[in-house]
Amino acid sequence: MSREFVEGSEALARAAIDAGCRFFAGYPMTPFTEVLDHMAEKMPAAGGVCINAESELEAIGMTWGALATGARAATGSVGQGLSLMQESFSEITRAELPLVVFNMARGQSDYFQSTRGGGHGDYYHIVLCPIDIHEAIEHVYLAFDLADRWRNPVQIYGDYLLGHTWESVDLSPRSVALPSKEWALDGSLNGTGRARNINSIGMTKGAKGIDPETFWNRLQDKYRVIQAAETRIETEFTDDALYTVAAWGTAAKFVRYVVREMRKEGYRIGYIRPITLWPFPTDAFKAAARGAREIGVFELNGGQMIEDVRLSLLGDAPAVSIGGISSDSSGFGVGPLLNTARIREIIERHYARVAAARAA
Amino acid sequence: MIIIDTTRPPQEPAKQKWDNRPDLLIEGDHDLCPGCGEPIALRCMLEVIQEMGLSKSAIGAVGIGCYTALTSLLDTDMVQCLHGRAPSVATGIKRMRPESLVYTMQGDGDMVNEGLQEIIHSAARGENITCLLLNNGVFGETGGHMTATTVIGQRTKNTLEGRDAAYHGHPISMTDLLTPLGGVGYVARSTVTTAKDIQRTRRYFKKAFETQIEGKGLSFIEVLTMCPTGWFIPVQEGPDYLNATMSPVFKIGEFKVDGKIVTPEGQV
Repeated sequence: MSREFVEGSEALARAAIDAGCRFFAGYPMTPFTEVLDHMAEKMPAAGGVCINAESELEAIGMTWGALATGARAATGSVGQGLSLMQESFSEITRAELPLVVFNMARGQSDYFQSTRGGGHGDYYHIVLCPIDIHEAIEHVYLAFDLADRWRNPVQIYGDYLLGHTWESVDLSPRSVALPSKEWALDGSLNGTGRARNINSIGMTKGAKGIDPETFWNRLQDKYRVIQAAETRIETEFTDDALYTVAAWGTAAKFVRYVVREMRKEGYRIGYIRPITLWPFPTDAFKAAARGAREIGVFELNGGQMIEDVRLSLLGDAPAVSIGGISSDSSGFGVGPLLNTARIREIIERHYARVAAARAA
Repeated sequence: MIIIDTTRPPQEPAKQKWDNRPDLLIEGDHDLCPGCGEPIALRCMLEVIQEMGLSKSAIGAVGIGCYTALTSLLDTDMVQCLHGRAPSVATGIKRMRPESLVYTMQGDGDMVNEGLQEIIHSAARGENITCLLLNNGVFGETGGHMTATTVIGQRTKNTLEGRDAAYHGHPISMTDLLTPLGGVGYVARSTVTTAKDIQRTRRYFKKAFETQIEGKGLSFIEVLTMCPTGWFIPVQEGPDYLNATMSPVFKIGEFKVDGKIVTPEGQV
């Protein structure tokens, strides 16, 4: 194992290329830009292609075509750019192509966009949300594997801090086995009456019309299996916690530090972090929250993940939003609430209220 | 010149209709209206692909329009794209599989309305793909609405008194937009109204695919197609209506060959 000091964006790009990604297309936008920079710089040497697309619409279109040939391919942007890509995301997902998306969001306001499909139609993306660069590297390899295994897009939900901070990490090359893809377009079935048609509506060669109902129901069956198989969660000190704080992504990194400190001082406090935002680790969350009098949800938005928390708790305990919108003048998602002293103050206040209510 | 010997019976039996079916066309009926020009254009393309021995290397990126219904009979690997996105999707396919013959198929609503920037950017990037525009001047699939190529004076569902330049604006000619771009190797426009036009269309397809194989940049071929349903005219009047209204605006001929701008041969 070798250690090197690298920026998050570079780590993401290098891990993706090592994971076999050979096509990338993107459009610059802060804080995603540096991922594109590193892809543009490093992809040609790996024998791949990186296109500086003229728009997000075209970036996702090009990636769509590359995926159809069976290549490992990715794109990315921030929430605004992903909004432009949603129409194609929807088609790509329902056409079962293994897309990987680097969502370098401007903070945490895009939880709904990532976890609710985002575009038209009945679909989901698997959403991996790393807490730091070390975990993000693991998630990159995992993302390409999950995308191929389930033939479904996987998003990595990063942000400004993940992309722009430096950490000492292990980026040594791994041996990655690429799966064979008999569905990929290569022309080999042309003229046989059963050439491939990658589509989202249940078209089959030689068959009249389309069969969306059967096709889309099969997708829903797949989603149920993914929900059972692919949830991931991190919990700490939840066994005897009176009060538990749930957080995700970068915000969780700060919350986890504060909770650990408070534990050392004897507070009966717990910590829960969903690692997969979709599928949400519903059962594991409910189990980890058992016994807590209240769940504080610290997220830097108007209250988005809290809906999934409430659906997981099913009334076991109240879930209270203790974060909020927080931004400096850049609007890139770094705000005054990303501060352990502020977070501690908030958590202490809620903890005291819950402890007092219990004592009464 | 072929001389037919009438002194004795032919050595080879006469060919049946299905003997001439291109190998990339699945046998069956299509769902398009009588008098539509799109199946003819598609057949031209498939015949040329077969003739050039490229049947096993063709991969398509097909847009959304009436011609989408033809894809169940179109026996090449393909991606069913969104409205407007086919040139970008074809870019991804070709960059990953340079050895394949990559074509797109779009209508005027798809390419010139929804996806204008995609075809122009792909052309400027010089992608080695062949882009087919089936231009009938209306959204046939929705029942004959105005597109960006509807000619002045043409009646459509939402220009009932005819397209009025002052109110509805002017039609866009794709050959005018694409010809000057550096990444473009071949630009041509044809029709399928007469047997002669069909032969010309086949000739243009061949040149377009040769341009792609030789790596000379994007090749663009526009085929003006009849849409009697969308034009609200009797089926048999389709070709004459096209020649009278569309051909004077959208000139027939080759505009760029092997990367060099040429003077169109003009409609003969």
